[in-house]
Amino acid sequence: MKPRALVLFGYGINCELETAHTLALVGAEPEIVHLSELIYGEKSLRDYHLLCFPGGFLDGDHLGAAQAAAHRLRHARIRTSGERLMDHILEFIQAGKLIIGICNGFQLLVKLGLLPGFDGHYGERLVSLTYNDSGRFEDRWVWLKVNQESPCVFTRGLKKLYFPVRHGEGKFMVQNEEVLNKLVARQQIVLQYIHPRTGKPTEEYPYNPNGSVMAIAGICDATGRIFGLMPHPEAFNHTTNHPRWTREEVSEDELGLVIFRNAVEYIQETLLS
Amino acid sequence: MSRVTRIEVAFKPELRDARGEKVARRMREFLGLQVEAVRTVRVYLVEGDFPQDLLERYAYETLCDPVIQRASVNRPLAAELNFPFDWVIEVGFRPGVTDNEGRVAAEALALLIERTLDPQTEGVYSAMQYLLKGKISREEAEKTARELLANELIERWWILSREEYEKGGLSYPAPRVTEFSDPTVETWDLKVLSDDELMRLSRERLLALSLSEMQTIRDFFSNPDFIAERKKYGLGPEITDVELESLAQTWSEHCKHKIFNARIHYRDLETGEEFTVDSIFKTYIRGSTEKIREKLGPRDFCLSVFVDNAGVIKLNDHLALAFKVETHNSPSALDPYGGALTGIVGVNRDPFGTGKGALLVFNTDIFCFAPPNWDKPLPPRLLHPRRIFEGVREGVEHGGNQSGIPTVNGSIVFDPRYLGKPLVFCGTGGILPLEVCGEPSWKKGARPGDLVVMVGGRIGKDGIHGATFSSEALHEGSPATAVQIGDPITQKKMTDFLLKARDECLYTSITDNGAGGLSSSVGEMAREAGGAELDLEKPPLKYPGLRPWEILLSESQERMTVAVPPEKIDRFLELARKMDVEATVVGRFTDSGYFHLKYQGKTVGLLPLKFLHEGVPQMELQAEWQPPRHTEPDLPEPEDLGAVLKEMLSRLNVCSKEYVVRQYDHEVQGGSVVKPLTGVQDDGPSDAAVLRPDLSRQDGIAVAHGICPKFSDIDTYWMAANAIDEAIRNAVCVGGDIEHMAGLDNFCWCDPIESEKTPDGRYKLAQLVRATKAVHDFTVAYGVPCISGKDSMKNDYLMALGLDPKGDNPYGVGVILPDGSLKISVPPTLLFSIVARVPDVTRAQTMDVKHAGDLLYILGMTRDELGGSEYYASRGFVGSSVPRVNAEEARERYLRLREAIYYGLVASAHDASDGGLAVALAEKAFSGGLGLFVDLSAVPYEGSGRPDFILFSESASRILVTVPREKQRDFEKLMEGTTYAQIGEVIAEPVLIVRDGLGRDLIRESLSELKAAWQTPLREV
Repeated sequence: MKPRALVLFGYGINCELETAHTLALVGAEPEIVHLSELIYGEKSLRDYHLLCFPGGFLDGDHLGAAQAAAHRLRHARIRTSGERLMDHILEFIQAGKLIIGICNGFQLLVKLGLLPGFDGHYGERLVSLTYNDSGRFEDRWVWLKVNQESPCVFTRGLKKLYFPVRHGEGKFMVQNEEVLNKLVARQQIVLQYIHPRTGKPTEEYPYNPNGSVMAIAGICDATGRIFGLMPHPEAFNHTTNHPRWTREEVSEDELGLVIFRNAVEYIQETLLS
Repeated sequence: MSRVTRIEVAFKPELRDARGEKVARRMREFLGLQVEAVRTVRVYLVEGDFPQDLLERYAYETLCDPVIQRASVNRPLAAELNFPFDWVIEVGFRPGVTDNEGRVAAEALALLIERTLDPQTEGVYSAMQYLLKGKISREEAEKTARELLANELIERWWILSREEYEKGGLSYPAPRVTEFSDPTVETWDLKVLSDDELMRLSRERLLALSLSEMQTIRDFFSNPDFIAERKKYGLGPEITDVELESLAQTWSEHCKHKIFNARIHYRDLETGEEFTVDSIFKTYIRGSTEKIREKLGPRDFCLSVFVDNAGVIKLNDHLALAFKVETHNSPSALDPYGGALTGIVGVNRDPFGTGKGALLVFNTDIFCFAPPNWDKPLPPRLLHPRRIFEGVREGVEHGGNQSGIPTVNGSIVFDPRYLGKPLVFCGTGGILPLEVCGEPSWKKGARPGDLVVMVGGRIGKDGIHGATFSSEALHEGSPATAVQIGDPITQKKMTDFLLKARDECLYTSITDNGAGGLSSSVGEMAREAGGAELDLEKPPLKYPGLRPWEILLSESQERMTVAVPPEKIDRFLELARKMDVEATVVGRFTDSGYFHLKYQGKTVGLLPLKFLHEGVPQMELQAEWQPPRHTEPDLPEPEDLGAVLKEMLSRLNVCSKEYVVRQYDHEVQGGSVVKPLTGVQDDGPSDAAVLRPDLSRQDGIAVAHGICPKFSDIDTYWMAANAIDEAIRNAVCVGGDIEHMAGLDNFCWCDPIESEKTPDGRYKLAQLVRATKAVHDFTVAYGVPCISGKDSMKNDYLMALGLDPKGDNPYGVGVILPDGSLKISVPPTLLFSIVARVPDVTRAQTMDVKHAGDLLYILGMTRDELGGSEYYASRGFVGSSVPRVNAEEARERYLRLREAIYYGLVASAHDASDGGLAVALAEKAFSGGLGLFVDLSAVPYEGSGRPDFILFSESASRILVTVPREKQRDFEKLMEGTTYAQIGEVIAEPVLIVRDGLGRDLIRESLSELKAAWQTPLREV
């Protein structure tokens, strides 16, 4: 059996096709599901192993990135049963399943309080993603360092990545120093923007494209099974996506597929074995 | 009146406010004001009686992100930000203007109270507060509001000093639309109206109908048979406002292309040549496509041309590709942000409303502006070009990015004459499976009995008279309702839904509601079925109080009209409801032959389809060609060609547009192959884009364009020829297959109809005839058919200013007419856009040099063709030696280059256009981060031999390629018999060296300096 992945769409999500395509390439069985299908009980989270919140502009990012969408999900009830959709998501997490939020999906995860999820405590907003220091939306590729001490199951065995960012609100912020210290101490910082020359996390624009604190590009929850990142691994699904593929050798191993392949392998090892 | 609660949200005082910093930067740079800092406060006006605790939860949990923000309820937040501001400027929308932030906030409130809001008494409206710190006078604050923060057509503002604000605060009523008009229907007995009265009616109602058109309508409404028929429907002989408005819209230049369909008598005053052409559209544009298709025979890849909202070609055995480019010039002149946003989301609906509906896969945007550093006085009612630039850029950013469609290609052209009207070209491509529900996907057809269903947004007074308005020059009485603001997310929800409905086979036809609204969409679809009946009280309204004709004509955005068979309607509406999309049955298709309009059961309009669509009288126009006399300048030969090259690289029409490109998402959907920026540092200028619209396949499409209005000052024939050649060449450079390539023509002209206000109309019309003739000649020669296109014919600014016709023009642009008005006409502009198949995207190529040691070749002949060039322009001349295109030779060259690219013989390919060979060499080198050594004497060249001419001539059809040494023989063999030469090689040292035949350096410049010259001018606007 292939791991089943639910790729959410609707209300301004716009990366569902390439996300599903990438999942299929690594052996998952992706299904693009409209939020209404969950709300009307036509589809159930229980039938899936991986939940993807793809990139996009949920509700146009009015009120702030993914802010209105988070409110929408918090208040959503399944029409057929009256249950809260959030309870289904929490149950999904308790069942040891995986969640990934990319770009707008990452913004949604933090605004729902599913990240950082300290001590398995979900629902509290402690971190945020807001306007880039440049005040601009930007599309550019960035180098990322993977924290190999992190519990994140999506990045196991990975060291360095190169993906595009495409956002206006990707600056990672924390409520206070304590939150940041906890993220560091518990190895929940998964990805950091690095300077290509030094290989070190950087504050320098444009390598750190948004001014994120500690150059944070992605974090996971305490279990490592919920992962949010601003860069788009699904946008690097083919060697010709690389901005310099006509002048450099691009190996298949560099593709963003690695993130999803890790998820598939984890599901096969734990949930399907 | 309901209670209004004021909720404010701001970033915590200790955090940066990037939005405020941007405003401060612009106040300093654009307005030259001494502002120290700016912070922003988002304001929500909540209308309705809600419990206090609920409002607080709404403020602190829903609207505010507690990690980074602070909120307040009915309490000025400004006082709590530890920010010593001096002024408060608050900007809010005028009633009825699309407020996307407010709409989303209202939806969030509805979720919280678990019921929908009462549209009569409840609502949420957004506003933005700017706190200014610095030595700023009230006048300067006013200037900031007017020229930077707000647009008075759509917004209102309040300015308070800190004292005033702290004393009295700020409160004002919510911008609810309170103006009601009774749903009355006006009528006119046209047969008693004199010609003068007919024209007054046309003018006063902004109908833009000519006397002969008004007379045609009058005569039709005097026909006894028609009067008798009307009686059966309960209508008198008088024309109703519903009918008159619908006719004016359908017959507008914007919709009927009356100039392109006119009978034109053309005279060449120089040669004495004379001919009459019955519709330049049918003869030259559609005519050329027919010839090409015939010649292609079984290899014809066109599926649907000139009949639908977009042209459609076959891409491969699975997919069809629909492509359309539109302009949105007048609205962008009035409200650059809203106009451009509506332009992009509007053109999205064209391929989406083509055939059974296409999945949108790319956008392309080309802008024509006056220079952003304009320092002469601005004529009244015009916005500063910098503001137009930034507003248009941002509108397209929000429209494209939020819709999730990659912006893959574009350019910006600068000329002072675009001060009067900027040109905003927005294009969109989409893919369709070849078959949908067992039928060809590119065909559609509403059937009698099918229901007319309106899907998407609601109707307000937005953009009423938009179609007629864009057919008029900007003048004093231009209505504010001409501006609409798009909402990409409402549209995205709608397209998500309709694609699902398409695949469930729930509709038979689809078209968009753009210019002319329901009048246009249903009027058009009625032709498929043979009639339509519309109940004008049924479409949902944004606010009450619209007259029937306004409901019919409204151009409120994000709406599609579909034809749904009655047996499918339940499923259709159910799916819409679930996906949170509004869909309403508003009528049905018939075979009555009439466009039948009803309001609350009563007939308010009855128009025979034949008269509506074919009744407009053909115009008879005169064109006279007198070639303009520009002398070839006598320029001294420059001593420092390196300095000239840097100067050329810094010209606005040449320099880097990275600032704009980076802000557009060019790789969403995951199929990007050749991006708009390329090279070793991802910042070189790509010639064209390549993408994979279907991620599971290895083939893809190239998207390119050509535009060169600068040649129009010499001869529009060669202007058009060069635009077509440039577009094709760009596509070929990245690997587009010239034998599987289609074009779109977009003409943006100045008024070419001779009149008191247009004394040079015959000349301008001759320019149009020549340009369309070139489209014919060169598309046929290249075998690249036009599949769709558009014209926009009144791109002039005209304002009675009481100027002295004999005196100096204080504005430095345009002409003063004998009556003292100022007229600014855009240079005749053709945008030629290309889509081409790329059979294997892994063979695509980019423009940057790749390896030291590779050989550098130029393909094509260079001549002393500097007329209209950037080089001449930089010295203040136009000249007369316009580049000419030899399509036969060029086509052969492009075919060979195609093979060379597909065989992998080429390491880079870049076209030489603006700024000529020298600019292309510099761009290739600094994009690749490797130097070039060039022997200028090796360049195939015919002319006087001046190095500056060889370097900066803009002769057409030339391409620079680099070839790995080991491929030299194969490459040269392939190019044998064409005009080409090896002119140098790629070197490791980062320097551009150009030598003459005696080995002397003509240019020796470091790449970093060249690149800096190219990147600096528009690094940030």
